Amino acid sequence: MMNVKTGAERIIAAFSAGKQAFIPFITAGYPTPNITVELALALQEAGAALLELGVPYSDPLADGPTIQRASAQALSYGVTIRRALELAADMRARGLRIPVVLFTYINPVLQYGEERVFKEMEAAGVDGLLIPDLPPEEAENIERLAEEFNRPLIFMVAPTSEQRVAMIATRAKGFLYCVSSLGVTGVRSALDPGLTRFLARVRQYASVPVAVGFGISTAEQASLVASYSDGFIVGSALLEKIKEAEPLLLNPETKEEGFCIIKRFVKQLQSRV
Amino acid sequence: MSRVQLSKKSKGRFGAFGGRYVPETLVNALDELEAAYEEALYDKTFQEELAELLQRYCGRPTPLYFAERLTEKLGGARIYLKREDLNHTGAHKINNALAQGLLAKRMGKREIIAETGAGQHGVATATVAARLGLSCKVFMGEKDMERQKLNVFRMELLGAEVVPVTSGTRTLKDATSEAIRFWVGNVDTTFYIIGTVTGPHPYPQMVRDFQRVIGDETKMQMLEQERRLPDYIVACVGGGSNAMGIFYPFLEDNDVSLIGVEAAGQGLETKKHAATLTKGSRGVLHGTMTYLLQDEFGQIIEPHSISAGLDYPGVGPEHAYLRETGRAEYRAITDEEALAALRLLCREEGIIPALESAHAIAEAVKLAPTLAKDQVIVVCLSGRGDKDVTQIYEREGRKC
Repeated sequence: MMNVKTGAERIIAAFSAGKQAFIPFITAGYPTPNITVELALALQEAGAALLELGVPYSDPLADGPTIQRASAQALSYGVTIRRALELAADMRARGLRIPVVLFTYINPVLQYGEERVFKEMEAAGVDGLLIPDLPPEEAENIERLAEEFNRPLIFMVAPTSEQRVAMIATRAKGFLYCVSSLGVTGVRSALDPGLTRFLARVRQYASVPVAVGFGISTAEQASLVASYSDGFIVGSALLEKIKEAEPLLLNPETKEEGFCIIKRFVKQLQSRV
Repeated sequence: MSRVQLSKKSKGRFGAFGGRYVPETLVNALDELEAAYEEALYDKTFQEELAELLQRYCGRPTPLYFAERLTEKLGGARIYLKREDLNHTGAHKINNALAQGLLAKRMGKREIIAETGAGQHGVATATVAARLGLSCKVFMGEKDMERQKLNVFRMELLGAEVVPVTSGTRTLKDATSEAIRFWVGNVDTTFYIIGTVTGPHPYPQMVRDFQRVIGDETKMQMLEQERRLPDYIVACVGGGSNAMGIFYPFLEDNDVSLIGVEAAGQGLETKKHAATLTKGSRGVLHGTMTYLLQDEFGQIIEPHSISAGLDYPGVGPEHAYLRETGRAEYRAITDEEALAALRLLCREEGIIPALESAHAIAEAVKLAPTLAKDQVIVVCLSGRGDKDVTQIYEREGRKC
């Protein structure tokens, strides 16, 4: 039944389980291409509602050191946009049911071909696309393709968006990604104090679920934003946990132990929502 | 004389190129910058302060110098040099850094950041920050810091903090990415002085407008000295700010041929070059749609040039547009040709050009003998070569 719905509907449905949706971000190909596929399944088992799959890029402008390092490692395995889409297809073939949103910078999309990306997303079972360096003003063409292929382009809104909040929130499809603080992705010890005010404003305009990301690394932080959002995204903190477990993950004999560490971390992240 | 004028073109696009490909966090800051910049262009106080500093602090106008012995030696067209090397801090970079520094002050921003490759834009920005009483952070690739130790020290002497960049290839491209990342996190208090005609709108247009003083002066001086416009203008292109600055006032003078010179490095047939317009393809880097050196999956390829200032995998979007419309032509000069031209200019004219500018000289050396003796070439001598002397010494020893 899942396939008759549009990507936007599948994404929205992932938020309606009655609790705040947990959205992990992983980099395709990190720590290795094969392990990424198994990680996705482990994250699903540990309660992920939706998966953000990052395409490694040589010049990730919106990412902090953790995701930069993960990207560089994945690139060393030759994982680019094509391989990332293949990995998504592998995840589906091995039982991944939750919606997948592909996170990529604009340049790989332009070189690979915008339409080709959507065609291969469709074939691989990827439900939506998020491009951090493509503000709505530059997104017309991709938005048209998103419509045509029923796979929404996910927009981001930031505390500095100010008068742009209404324009972006009303144009949002699938879900709206709220950047929780200024800066690039990465672990922070504290969240911005003006965050709740900002989230309240965003929700006022958004007709789709609202998820908060950038800098969320603990269950406490997730619970702080819980009453103002429908979901939270964890990327860098998760990649750091993966890095910690990497020696275990790379050894077939201890691999399960590695996944247990990650699942425990992820369950703990969701423990207060 | 150095009055900046607003371009007539529409916002942010040069044909298909330009635009604003940045994280949402920055969009509002770019809108604010654009508004402040347009306001400053029509503000007499701003214009007067800028003109005053360009004249008394930087030493403008720079001379348009007839290179008599070089002309004789080549036996063709008359060669003039626009002496941007005689600016304070030794290159055209100060024109833009000073104007943006004044703009930062006007917008109430006390902290300045900049990226730098060889260190020329970093030194210019550190200089301006000191002069205007602003704090300054310069992002520089670790590899470039090793190659340009003296410029690092220079910036520190001027009170700037040099932030080593360890990501990616540890060169200019990564320093730019890191400066943008820092800006994303500190956009409320920080002004980012981009050193060339690239980046998200309004930077390509703004930097060009702050550099057009080179072309405006050239035009006036040419009319005074030769009573005519030049047949050719030749300038080196990395990001392309000196070229855009000298080209821009001549865009509508269709009899003036504009030639941009890229770095062919170890040769266009090798992978070791930085000839973005000659060998690259369309794409987005550092917030703008332009030409890039990239692979089929959109990953950026590391460029190579003997000259750190040309060692960049992108190029200003307006150059991409001028190439596409055919208004300007882009050629490429190898490391060896640039070195030979540097030596020639030292011997014939007593001028040590920057390795960047030596690429433009090398093109003029090829071009002049093919032209008639009554034709005129203007070469933009964008910077002086003192910064490169150690590098050349280490490369070739005392052999001259």
